[in-house]
Amino acid sequence: MADAGDGDVAAVSEPLDLVRLSLDEIVFVRLRGDRELKGRLHAYDSHCNLVLGEVEETIYVVEDDDEEEETVKTIKKQSEMLFVRGDSVVLISPQAAS
Amino acid sequence: MLFFSFFKTLVDHEVTVELKNDISIKGVLKSVDQFLNIKLDDIQVVEELKYPHLSSVKNVFIRGSVVRYVHLPSAAVDVALLEDATRRGTWNSEMG
Repeated sequence: MADAGDGDVAAVSEPLDLVRLSLDEIVFVRLRGDRELKGRLHAYDSHCNLVLGEVEETIYVVEDDDEEEETVKTIKKQSEMLFVRGDSVVLISPQAAS
Repeated sequence: MLFFSFFKTLVDHEVTVELKNDISIKGVLKSVDQFLNIKLDDIQVVEELKYPHLSSVKNVFIRGSVVRYVHLPSAAVDVALLEDATRRGTWNSEMG
């Protein structure tokens, strides 16, 4: 491996290293199907399978009103511990988006 | 392999599997394989009125690829062990 320095300072040399730095931190995860998660990252693998704790899930649903107006409804769900299958994951961001 | 070992530690615990078609199935985790296919016993469909077609089914095999989430009992998860194993990237020895 061509790691510049493989000392204790965790270098970001491949994309998943960024995720490694977020272990035990709050992360923001966007998923397929207009879903987002915010929770503490406890585990991940190379498929982006994840285990998150104290999760808040936000689902965005577009609703057609009686007129032609479309409103976006958000549904929030909580979960104490959640395994997320990697094939639904779009992105993982270290800082929790508000 | 990583999450395969993790799920093996959760066998006999009650979990809720949410599928990509939005159906949630609660049941006792009976077995798991390397593809994260899941076998559940004593199942119950959450929102049974909306999805009545599984109401007579006792146990199911779920293909891993149709799973979106698995809701886990946090008491059954050793968070510190999970994070250590993730950092090392080698779960197999210490888990399962």
